[in-house]
Amino acid sequence: MIRVPGVRSRLILSTLRRFGSSLVIVEHNNSNVEPITLHAISAASKLGSVSCLVGGFRCSAVAEEVTKLAGVTKVLITDEQCLENSVAEKITPLVLSAQSKLGASHIVVGSSTFGRDFLPRVAAKLNTSPINDVIAILSEDTFQRPIYAGNAVVTLKSLDPIRCLTVRGTAFPPTTLSDGATAPIESFPLPGADALGSEASDLVEFVSVEKHKSDRPELTDASVVVSGGRGMKSGENFELLYQLADKLNAAVGASRAAVDAGFVPNDMQVGQTGKIVAPKLYIAVGISGAIQHLAGMKDSKVIVAINKDPDAPIFQ
Amino acid sequence: MSAGLRVLVGCKRVIDYAVKIRVRPDATGVVTEGVKHSMNPFDEIAVEEAIRMREKQLAADILAFNCGSPKGQDVLRVALAMGADRAIQVEVDDPISQKLEPLHVAELLEKIVKEEKIDLVLLGKQAIDNDAVQTGQILAARLGWPQATYASKITKDGNSLIVVREIDGGSSTVKVKLPAVVTVDLRLNQPRYATLPNIMKVRFVEKSLGAKKKPLNVKKLSDFGVELTPHIEILKVEDPPVRVPGIKVDSVETLVAKLKEKGVLPSKK
Repeated sequence: MIRVPGVRSRLILSTLRRFGSSLVIVEHNNSNVEPITLHAISAASKLGSVSCLVGGFRCSAVAEEVTKLAGVTKVLITDEQCLENSVAEKITPLVLSAQSKLGASHIVVGSSTFGRDFLPRVAAKLNTSPINDVIAILSEDTFQRPIYAGNAVVTLKSLDPIRCLTVRGTAFPPTTLSDGATAPIESFPLPGADALGSEASDLVEFVSVEKHKSDRPELTDASVVVSGGRGMKSGENFELLYQLADKLNAAVGASRAAVDAGFVPNDMQVGQTGKIVAPKLYIAVGISGAIQHLAGMKDSKVIVAINKDPDAPIFQ
Repeated sequence: MSAGLRVLVGCKRVIDYAVKIRVRPDATGVVTEGVKHSMNPFDEIAVEEAIRMREKQLAADILAFNCGSPKGQDVLRVALAMGADRAIQVEVDDPISQKLEPLHVAELLEKIVKEEKIDLVLLGKQAIDNDAVQTGQILAARLGWPQATYASKITKDGNSLIVVREIDGGSSTVKVKLPAVVTVDLRLNQPRYATLPNIMKVRFVEKSLGAKKKPLNVKKLSDFGVELTPHIEILKVEDPPVRVPGIKVDSVETLVAKLKEKGVLPSKK
């Protein structure tokens, strides 16, 4: 979105088309693309042509899936066992190597725990200031992001030649399937151990991952979210919310109070330090509405509060 | 490192988390004058973890760090009163401190880590003012050290740390070789309060109490040869869009009817 009137705008647009190119790092579980990547690709499309990097193990299905997405012009795949469970120390040299090969002007990833973990490491190696949680792209170097738990929005200009961005999924629509055309896949080698100032790979060892199972839609991607807070009183009472959620095909979230009280696991937390959601409908049950919680849901289209305290901040 | 780790903890001074911030009318930032400030909540957790590591005889020395306006010394005194051994402040004029980027802070931390022969850096996963989530990762990259972000549990295993990390959808566990950078999440621990005698120990040399005043060194950026080359120019800071005030309904039927009217209830089956 470039809002410069007249001739100059066309000039800038065409410049962007010719020179702008971004590298999107695909987040996936080795068999499926994570939905946030679809949002990242649509954000990156505003910056010029989009290449995607799929690093993982036995992840060719992921690369195939990415080739069919609108806006993607090339897919690089690095299929190595050491990338099976993505740790920042191992992805970083790969991303740097891909950026340098493509000469990408922007490195873009969704603002998830995955993206926020490794992208600053990449930026540091490039000596650029990374920009986290971008909610609007005004031009190739000008972005908006929320600060102070979303209570202010800063417009900033990046002065670096290469820009590293994590983008807030809820701020950009997901890209769709392209109409027919598929992007080519290119196998991309793991950079050598001594390349790029070497990240010694034995510094970190992946031990295990434990994912919480849920049949409900992903919290960050659901069109309806039902959340409970301290007012739910117990973990058992969350069953009521699960029943409501199933009727609405909704995801279930929680406030920090509910997580700290042990009612639900912490990956259900919505807020400044948890997940950011922006569904069509957000139903807050027994949640007072602290600043930190609002930060995670105030961009929802319609917010319904169910609370017995008429003065709860959530009603504002 | 058998003698115990030398730990560096970051302590940022931020507007208190309970304060409803106000954006300046001239759009240059938020109002900070006369507003309650405190230590970034995640940094308190980092300080607490360092102290617990010492209590388990894993840490030998705890150095608390702050960079920013002279008032940042207040949060360092809190860290000292909680149990840190000494503190270092890198004083920066207020207008310049507004322009500090995580990249700059990481550059400074790198110098201190090397000078002080630090083995472990504990930082908050994010500061609640700029919400950047970057300094720890940048520092780890600059030092060529491993990183463990969003830590909810830290245990030492020989010359490594085993860190449970909070990630989307669950948790993951990594083993990082020391020296390392760890950024801490909310659920790592419950920070202790500084007790009055401990606050006294930090503030005053009280010979009668037999306590020695804890050292707080104040330095300048130039002492470390760090220059602030800007990578980001802030064009403006604004209020987020305001929501249209809502309505209160008195029955479930009206609520459901209103939601159907708005078209936000999925009409299935």
